[in-house]
Amino acid sequence: MSTTDAASTGLPDRTTANPAAASSSLRAHRRGRGVERRDNPLWGVLAWAVGFLFVLPVLWMVLTSFHSETDAATNPPSVAAGLTLDGYRNFFGANSGASPWPPLINSLTASVVSTLLVLLLAFPAAYALSIKPVERWRDVMFFFLSTRFLPVVAGLLPLYLFATRTGTLDNINLLILLYTAMNLPIAVWMMRSFLAEVPTEMLEAAALDGAGLVTTLRRVVAPVALPGIAATALIAFIFSWNELLLARTLTATVAGTAPVFLTSFVTSQGLFLAQVCAAATAISLPVLAAGFAAQDKLVQGLSMGAVK
Amino acid sequence: MSSATDAVTATTAAQRTVYQPPQGEVARARKKAWARRLPLLPALVFTIILTQLPFVVTLVVSFMNWEALYPTERGFTGFDNYVEIFSNAQLRTSVITTIVLTVVVVLVSLVLGLLLALLLDRKFFGRGAVRTMLIAPFLVVPVAAALLWKHALLNPSYGLFNGVLTWVWGLFGSDSPPQVAWLTRFPLVSIEASLIWQWTPFMMLILLAGLQSRPLDAVEAARMDGAGAFQIFRYITFPHLRRYLELGALLGSIYIVQNFDAVFTMTSGALGTANLPYTIYQTFFSAQDYGLASAQGVVVVIGTIAIATFALRTVSSLFDEEN
Repeated sequence: MSTTDAASTGLPDRTTANPAAASSSLRAHRRGRGVERRDNPLWGVLAWAVGFLFVLPVLWMVLTSFHSETDAATNPPSVAAGLTLDGYRNFFGANSGASPWPPLINSLTASVVSTLLVLLLAFPAAYALSIKPVERWRDVMFFFLSTRFLPVVAGLLPLYLFATRTGTLDNINLLILLYTAMNLPIAVWMMRSFLAEVPTEMLEAAALDGAGLVTTLRRVVAPVALPGIAATALIAFIFSWNELLLARTLTATVAGTAPVFLTSFVTSQGLFLAQVCAAATAISLPVLAAGFAAQDKLVQGLSMGAVK
Repeated sequence: MSSATDAVTATTAAQRTVYQPPQGEVARARKKAWARRLPLLPALVFTIILTQLPFVVTLVVSFMNWEALYPTERGFTGFDNYVEIFSNAQLRTSVITTIVLTVVVVLVSLVLGLLLALLLDRKFFGRGAVRTMLIAPFLVVPVAAALLWKHALLNPSYGLFNGVLTWVWGLFGSDSPPQVAWLTRFPLVSIEASLIWQWTPFMMLILLAGLQSRPLDAVEAARMDGAGAFQIFRYITFPHLRRYLELGALLGSIYIVQNFDAVFTMTSGALGTANLPYTIYQTFFSAQDYGLASAQGVVVVIGTIAIATFALRTVSSLFDEEN
């Protein structure tokens, strides 16, 4: 396509080159590869250096979380100071009255339940947009996508008014519904792109063999789509776990989530760096673990299935 | 969009009056169409109720004078709230802040992401490990990342940045190292830096996937023809990557235009860092001016639609490729 067009117009035409030049370019090409391979250690060193630079703040956060408050607040930094679990002990409520467990459990509930709801709603929808597509399925897809473009902040007031009128303010169920709506468009897009990969011949063969809908879904669709479903779940979980604006506006003491706790934790505790780092590390841990475990799925999810 | 729907149904209705199939056949076809639509309906209805209805309310309230502190003065005021948005200097500033923040973060993380993707596209020892290290910033919870930057890195007395300055100056025997109050001297740049740190991995991941899906035979052929590394990049890699660059830029813009966590946590909108989402949050929460907050929301939505229509066209081209 366009790439090959650009290549053929922009580069010397191979057929007009004389054989000697071709063979010399072939040798150059082989040599070039060899040079590239010998060059590798240097690129590798550079890549490792840049990688280290990017991960450094994270490492620093984790290291500081294991330092005592006095070692955490030195200048220059005390890298080799002794390690302690005091930061975590304080975070989990040994000193302060506020326990992080209710917000952590709220976050877990909101993320897991809304992710399950998202999968439950998105799978049939994706089926109706790819395997047995409704008419004008593209318009439906773009409608879903356009809702993701709507800034959350523009809907904040109606949601708040609704919550106060119905008595669902500070109720985790409201957050679950909103997180489901927030992630549903992404999930529909991702799942459709995965279901579209199920070969039609396989579906036709299953239909000829007299397989019903459930059997077809289980035997033909699921094996192909399962990795995609996992990717969808990962992304929905991460976005729900991270969400701050809605949680801060619509919850208070009962249904507050971990990110809300993290923001209030700092203002109420003053500056205890080791403790703040312990809190930040503890709350990021589920996302870090899930993201590292499923790195490849991350790309598919973030691009809504557009990049595989 | 709905007018398009009407047009389509109108033509099919017209066709139906010309060609009249037996009654039972029409009913069966209609039943079949609904059977196809059925699995789609729960998700569609759910999305409409939870995303479209609130926005309609916002639109209505934006034309009202409604302050929670003065409940008796509630009523419609026409375009007053919109006039206030564009005559209020502070609100105009937050529009500009939003644009600057979004453009800087998206462009810089896109360029850094491209360089990193090109680096990771090479074969070297421990490539998987380096990729894992590079992804880490994106996996830190945004609020945690903002706190990490504010307190552990940028703090003027014991943050890592000033700590490293002290350490380096100490190596050369100087006991008066430069100590910078990063957040107060460069508030917007500090927020941008923390966001670039988080979003560069995102861009890198998308561009790396793009690089690895590039047709290798074309690269091979170009190399055979004696094309240099730059020519290969310019004529093969870059045209192929363009769609991925666009995708990264558009998705990044959508998320960063809406950024609330970093501004809220790092500066609370002080020192000229208040972007639109933060300003709306403030108008709504502190000033409790519901009408003005809604009008601001509508303005953000209109701005986003401008980006979105462009985005949809790009994504549409991805569809064409697929089919």
